[in-house]
Amino acid sequence: MSFPWARQYEPKTGLTKFLDEKLPLPRFVYNAVGAGYPVPRNLNYMWNFGVLAGFFLMFQIITGVVLAMHYAANANVAFASTEHIMRNVNWGWLMRYAHANGASFFFVVVYIHIFRGFFYSSYKAPREMIWLLGVVIFLLMMATAFMGYVLPWGQMSFWGAKVITGLFGAIPLVGEPIQIWLLGGFAPDNAALNRFFSLHFLLPFVIAGVVILHIWALHIPGSSNPTGVEIKQESDTVPFHPYYTAKDGFGLGIALLALFTMVFFLPNVLGHADNYIEANPLSTPAHIVPEWYFYPFYAILRAFTMDFILPAKLWGVLAMFSAILLWFFLPWLDRSPVRSGHYRPLFRKFFWFGLIPTMAALFYLGGAPAEEPYVMLSQIFTAYYFLHFLVIIPIVSQIERPQPLPYSITEAVLGSDKKAVLGENAEPAV
Amino acid sequence: MIRIIAILVGLGFAVVALVSFAVGAYTFATEETTPHLPYEEPMDVDYSFDGPLGTWDVAQLQRGYKVYKEVCSACHGLKFVAMRSLSELGYSEAQVKAEAATWQVPGIDPNTGEATMRAGVPTDQFPSPYPNAVAAAAANNNAIPPDLSLMTKARNDGTNYVASLLVGYQEPSPEVLAEHPEAAPGPGLYHNIYFPNLNLAMAPPLMNAGQVTYDDGTEATLTQMSTDVAAFLTWTAEPTLVKRKQTGWPVLIFLLFATVLAYLSKKQIWSAIKPKQHPKNAKD
Repeated sequence: MSFPWARQYEPKTGLTKFLDEKLPLPRFVYNAVGAGYPVPRNLNYMWNFGVLAGFFLMFQIITGVVLAMHYAANANVAFASTEHIMRNVNWGWLMRYAHANGASFFFVVVYIHIFRGFFYSSYKAPREMIWLLGVVIFLLMMATAFMGYVLPWGQMSFWGAKVITGLFGAIPLVGEPIQIWLLGGFAPDNAALNRFFSLHFLLPFVIAGVVILHIWALHIPGSSNPTGVEIKQESDTVPFHPYYTAKDGFGLGIALLALFTMVFFLPNVLGHADNYIEANPLSTPAHIVPEWYFYPFYAILRAFTMDFILPAKLWGVLAMFSAILLWFFLPWLDRSPVRSGHYRPLFRKFFWFGLIPTMAALFYLGGAPAEEPYVMLSQIFTAYYFLHFLVIIPIVSQIERPQPLPYSITEAVLGSDKKAVLGENAEPAV
Repeated sequence: MIRIIAILVGLGFAVVALVSFAVGAYTFATEETTPHLPYEEPMDVDYSFDGPLGTWDVAQLQRGYKVYKEVCSACHGLKFVAMRSLSELGYSEAQVKAEAATWQVPGIDPNTGEATMRAGVPTDQFPSPYPNAVAAAAANNNAIPPDLSLMTKARNDGTNYVASLLVGYQEPSPEVLAEHPEAAPGPGLYHNIYFPNLNLAMAPPLMNAGQVTYDDGTEATLTQMSTDVAAFLTWTAEPTLVKRKQTGWPVLIFLLFATVLAYLSKKQIWSAIKPKQHPKNAKD
């Protein structure tokens, strides 16, 4: 679908006319991310992060494919081949640091993208499918990142793989067979390393496929916007190109400055020193923690310390998976007809003073050692996390009195519909 | 219906988490927890390669290499470091060849095919002094001396940690022993205030000043030797460290320039349709 005022692609040269007849790829791009895609004119910088996430997916695939040319997925040589990349491959150190820190930046960008969605209720009708596909992408990213961290075959790689696959062992009856099936053995070894490498190479392309569906689904209703008011007229929109290509270009510049500051000057601060020790099944590290982007969910996993009908470990595993899976149900839990948090006074308070501090705390606590007072704190914040999504959001959306919305995006930007600069063909506002 | 189920599930998880909290808090309040062993954080030493503009102090790396060769290499190898890379420490090609030949590495007798030892060549890595892990364990009271190639990256604050650990050996203080009787070194262990559990299997490698005679005349105090070898091991852990920082600057300056241009073009493109005065409140 598109808006009736969307600009039409007109091939001008012989080559583009030829292409448009045989394979209208330029037309497709023009309509997807070019001048043919009308976008709300009031998007703020929070709307940069979708494009950035797409960029980092490409960045990871390109650096990853180069690394795979030099890496050897065998438990005997994986660690040495990683060091070979760092020392002997021309610019190998740059590729590996860019890939490792690029993964972190991919998650930073995607977390901001997701929390943008929470605040502006981007999951609401008619955009449920975009949201569902987004959660699928996030789950695939987590699986990909976890398996990627195993590949250098350092101590954290090995013990992280052991702990995370051990989670499946908590499932009653079938848990242990599942764990052995996943690893191809009783503990992480060559079989596990090889299949993780294979899947780590495959899954990014699966993600790219789901990203295409995500963007396809986005183009049906068009982009959301900070007011949450749907597009009514031409003056509410600007063409994606040049307006948002220019704005995204600036955002990309900032993101790359931040990424390469990390890559060149602080390449190891987001990793763990233990992963520069070769995997040793006979020596357990003092603190086994995953990469930082898993910390909130790791904190939730460790918060359940008490056997209560079910064993504590099973509670932790259920809670950890539920913490992400519950996002799938958000479009139906939040009943408020108003999308944007700007017009929802009560929802907004719970977002800024409830959800954001809780996520910040869980990020910190997931990386802290499993001892008091960290465990007690993560129990409190875990309780709030579930209350926020499953209890507070459904109830607030029923009892809250939203503030009045602007008539249109144009009115929100210009103060009045009449001053519209764009859109001579638009119906005048009533 | 879905919301009622959600509220019940949410309350369920929250209640179990809060009951866990209550039980944990009760245990925390009533039971004594074992305090951590009082080990010290590493000393902060200044190095030439610190900071975004850091460069190698080649003379220091050469001194550190000598400490490694004469002291550390008795037990530890550098299996990821090729001898050819000594050229980065300011040695000429001939010097590197001569230096490599002073090391004995495992080889094969070309006439009989039997395992033997031969003089090193620049393409060899610095060898471990032990033929295998079993031999290493047998010679060291069951504690295998780790390879040092990556040591400064494999510990938090690694360069400072290595420099501190080498001078951190001392008798356990009476106060520590009174509070933690388990901090007394067992047989074959040595007390070191920088080691997380206070006792390690490595005997103090640097015993007295002048243990190594530096070629450049620098006085070989204990601190001098430990700092120099920590600098050398920082180089072995990441020989590309300085190149990395030096590559970073042009990249960042280019990106900064590109980002400013991107900002200006964004401003230019949007100026046509931006309202002169942004309405403060979108709800007006």
